[in-house]
Amino acid sequence: MSRLRTNRIIDSGFRYLGIAATFFGLVILALFILNILQQGLGRIDGAFLTSLPSRRASRAGILTAWTGTAWILFLTALIAIPLGVAAGIYLEEYGKKNRLARIVEINIANLAGVPSILYGLLGLEVFVRAMRMGSSLLAGACTLSLLILPVIIVATREAIRAVPNTLREASYGMGATRWQTIWYQVLPAASGGILTGVILALSRAIGETAPLIVIGALAYVPFVARSPMDEFTVLPMQIFNWISRPQQAFLVNGAAAIIILLAITFCMNGIAVYLRNRWQKKINW
Amino acid sequence: MKLIVAEDVNVYYGDNHVLRDISLSISEHTVTALIGPSGCGKTTFLRTLNRMNDYIDSFRVEGKIKIDGKDIYGNKVKVEELRQKVGMVFQKPNPFPKSIFDNVAYGLKIQGTKDKKSIGERVEKSLKQAALWNEVKDILHKPALSLSGGQQQRLCIARTLAVKPSIVLMDEPASALDPISTAKIEELILELKENYTIVIVTHNMQQAARVSDRTAFFYMGELVEYSKTSDMFTNPKNKATENYITGRFG
Repeated sequence: MSRLRTNRIIDSGFRYLGIAATFFGLVILALFILNILQQGLGRIDGAFLTSLPSRRASRAGILTAWTGTAWILFLTALIAIPLGVAAGIYLEEYGKKNRLARIVEINIANLAGVPSILYGLLGLEVFVRAMRMGSSLLAGACTLSLLILPVIIVATREAIRAVPNTLREASYGMGATRWQTIWYQVLPAASGGILTGVILALSRAIGETAPLIVIGALAYVPFVARSPMDEFTVLPMQIFNWISRPQQAFLVNGAAAIIILLAITFCMNGIAVYLRNRWQKKINW
Repeated sequence: MKLIVAEDVNVYYGDNHVLRDISLSISEHTVTALIGPSGCGKTTFLRTLNRMNDYIDSFRVEGKIKIDGKDIYGNKVKVEELRQKVGMVFQKPNPFPKSIFDNVAYGLKIQGTKDKKSIGERVEKSLKQAALWNEVKDILHKPALSLSGGQQQRLCIARTLAVKPSIVLMDEPASALDPISTAKIEELILELKENYTIVIVTHNMQQAARVSDRTAFFYMGELVEYSKTSDMFTNPKNKATENYITGRFG
């Protein structure tokens, strides 16, 4: 066999390897989604969304689970967005660029990689026990806020760093204070990037189960939470609970709940992608 | 009375000594050109006059700079007030990504002016002063970034004037523009001289000769020569100055 021929075979071999690698993940995901849709789609109706959990699979619904997820989403956003964006603004606009800043920066990046169950343990010790919040929505939201804070901080910093310095100088040059410059110029220009990061972080938070199990979220909650101090469940907990039961009917319920959770996550990611595209188009300095 | 007086100004970026013992004074309603090869410190000196270097962590200044008799690096000085009085136009046109109107109104907005009528009047007056009004009066609410480069730079000048400064610093304001836009900016500088004191950094010798009353030649962080522009360009006292303005180096 000639050298040229061997090279060509290696070349096309690698091409097919690449295609296989690309489709491996996609095909598995597609099979999973098809399977779930086939099992659960028929189970989704108005009653499924508005019923309380029940021992009888046919009467059980996800009202407490999705309202719990909505509560958690809302409270986590309320806590994590201001903290994360403020920290990002401080580090990028006010903080000096010295060795301490670099250490802080590396540590924040590391925090983003800490396993979520450790955040659960931290939340259990600090929020549930020391601060006496109990296994409440608030404790859950605080824990998840800690979990996604590093992601929001990093996204905020990157978005702010992308704002050209000439814009800040123009503002300072007219007598604006730092805060005015940040509020009127930097944040509007960075808002698309910040929003994208925030949405991706939140969509991660609503899929988290481990830390919420640790802080004591319940799988069976027979009422809809009315205040942040109420006990709660969330969609992933409900899914876990149903899937681990032996009866086929509950597995169908689980599949239906998975469809709802996936739909929420895909929607949020879709919004994030849309905002990112719009932001990129708007900025052309 | 001299409006700007610098006495023995030394500037450091960390260990880097970028300005050495600069002393010079500038009279009201004049145009002063700062010239010299890249890295000579002229832009640093310009930015020292409205404290735009403050945000550079390693920046340090010694000596005195007085504007209207007050030391601008003194303890009681509010840097925001200083910059309202000493406006700045940058090398590359840098309008805000907002409408033309909002760009000019920004300075009033940050000062807390709410009265729409007086904002509108000031915007119109500033745009007229910057010789841009006729070109933009019907498109005030269009994005500033849709203007041409030369128009954008005149918008930046209008924006600066709207804050009512007494001094306008210009950092190579025409270096990114075509010759026609450059000529408009130069014409504008000569008009603005009536009411403002202008300090301009330029790499263009002809421009310095055309617009300025006095010229300061900086070299390696030192002020080599400072005299009337007509004297400097016809009869430079220093050999380095002569070499630079005749294009033998720089």
